[in-house]
Amino acid sequence: MAAPITEASARVVAGRGVSPGAVRAPLVRLGPPVVTSPADPAGADPEAEGRRVREALTAVAANLERRARNAGGVSADVLATTAAMALDPALADAAERHLAAGAPTGHAVTLAVEEFCGRLEALGGYLAERVADLRDIGARTVAQLAGLAMPGIPAPGYPVVMAARDLSPADTASLPGGDVVGLLTEEGGPTSHTAILARALGIPAVVGCPASAEIPEGTLVLLDGTTGTVQLDPPAGAAAVRATSAPGAAAGPGRTADGTPVALLSNIGTVADAELAAVTPTEGVGLFRTEFLFLKRADRPTEAEQATTYTAVLRAFGERRVVVRTLDAGSDKPLPFLPLGPEENPALGVRGLRTARAHPEVLDDQLRALAAAAEAAGRALDVMAPMVSTAEEAARFADRARGFGLTRVGVMIEVPAAALRARELLEVVDFVSIGTNDLGQYVMAADRQSGALGDLLDPWQPALLDLVAAVGEAGRAAGKPVGVCGEAAADPLLAAVLVGLGATSLSTAARARPAVHAELARFTRLDCLRLAERVRSARGAGAARLAARAFRDERP
Amino acid sequence: MPSRTVTVASRVGLHARPAAMFTRAAAAAPVPVTLAVAGKDPVNAASVLGVMTLGVECGQEVTLAAEGEGADGALDSLAALLATDLDA
Repeated sequence: MAAPITEASARVVAGRGVSPGAVRAPLVRLGPPVVTSPADPAGADPEAEGRRVREALTAVAANLERRARNAGGVSADVLATTAAMALDPALADAAERHLAAGAPTGHAVTLAVEEFCGRLEALGGYLAERVADLRDIGARTVAQLAGLAMPGIPAPGYPVVMAARDLSPADTASLPGGDVVGLLTEEGGPTSHTAILARALGIPAVVGCPASAEIPEGTLVLLDGTTGTVQLDPPAGAAAVRATSAPGAAAGPGRTADGTPVALLSNIGTVADAELAAVTPTEGVGLFRTEFLFLKRADRPTEAEQATTYTAVLRAFGERRVVVRTLDAGSDKPLPFLPLGPEENPALGVRGLRTARAHPEVLDDQLRALAAAAEAAGRALDVMAPMVSTAEEAARFADRARGFGLTRVGVMIEVPAAALRARELLEVVDFVSIGTNDLGQYVMAADRQSGALGDLLDPWQPALLDLVAAVGEAGRAAGKPVGVCGEAAADPLLAAVLVGLGATSLSTAARARPAVHAELARFTRLDCLRLAERVRSARGAGAARLAARAFRDERP
Repeated sequence: MPSRTVTVASRVGLHARPAAMFTRAAAAAPVPVTLAVAGKDPVNAASVLGVMTLGVECGQEVTLAAEGEGADGALDSLAALLATDLDA
């Protein structure tokens, strides 16, 4: 535990800068989710508790309306509609009914919310998607009743730096377009979810900063995501530059200087991401993470609900390629309908495709929904499984997916065993996609969430690049595509190295595309091969990076 | 009881935003108004969740009903609202 920050101690704390830019704003903390239970103590007087519920709902609605006034556009409409739901007398009536039946106050709100969620989900489609808004109302109302901080992403109506121990994908789903202008976490490394998300959104971020736990809420901070420092109570006038974005979006498909095509795809995690990415010149989606459909809910999403979402994403990209990754869950991201039990080492446990051993129905639902979406959108899609170790696993997945009518089936290469035997895997699938973040974690035996091991997780580690080379070679021999969809592909110079190692497509956050596009256009395919050779002969990550820069600089 | 049957013109049906616009108007009426579709129980027209859970699609017929002083006027204006495209 870091020492408390007092007047006498340093006014600057340091972590690892993972998303560039500097912002100056008050610090607020991510509120923990509030869970209610029928076993909570019940209020003595149900009528008085009913009045408290109505007051809490009114307060939640007022906060939503304030945010709506500040938001503008589509988000203002959504927030105003959500406020109307909080003020709906039917919701308070339902809560009072549960109170009268003896439910504890907070739990009565949860039960009332779930009643309506059930009915909306039964309708499917767009209305079913509103359950997230309704559950957010429930969580806020329960927090309001208990006098706790509002759960989830803070939205006070003015810019803030959000502090947290670490962020999960579920926590961050509502970050885009909100009040959060900077991220500060106690844990996490350069490839943690926080870092990836921050770069994708262009929000300055500092991770791996244990001392941030002691900064009092409301403190004005100057967070610098480039240097990794956080200054407390900065003097007036201290520069607050917004994140610098990459040069103007590069139009046209990705290609090397001599015209070898390298598809520059986008990583997406929600329908909103898809819509943002679809307006860029990206050649498609190289990694559609489907977890958002499954997180934060008690029951598994229906096939129809999944199909609606997948169809929307497929339509957004027209004819462009869309690679969908099946559910990547594990005991570190527990889902109520996918019980996996606690594990000592979730990263090495039952996760990704491995969850289908115990719960094949979840994977089957998803594959059926994907086939239905392809049919509805009148186009093909690519599907791939995460966390595949052997050719047998790849073959089982491919058979299953093809059984549902999906034609282009691939697997992720995240496990060193899969990289070493890529030739056999490519005999049974149509493509592979290398997840450099997990492959790096597993080949270096270094937890990707560990801030202290950031040097081992450097994507320039020669051992990681050796594995990429092995997969690239297998892809060339088989004449099948090899994608890279980890953070490594977002580093422009490393992207050129990856192409030299055999990558035929690179998938990154949409914001990273212009810089990668520009860098690739500076190298011929032969340059990329020579560059990759030079980098692989280096004896460490630092040396590899220097060798690549030297190669780039010595060219005319 | 005075009632009006009207075809919903909102292109997306009575989904979240059009439902919220409609229920705001219904809440402002001088009398309680119900909204019904065939095969489902009538709901309070001032309840956005109630209206949303009817799952009304564009082109579907719905019936508004109300009783008391001012009921006819309120039904006429709410019926006119449903007959326009709230999502335009």
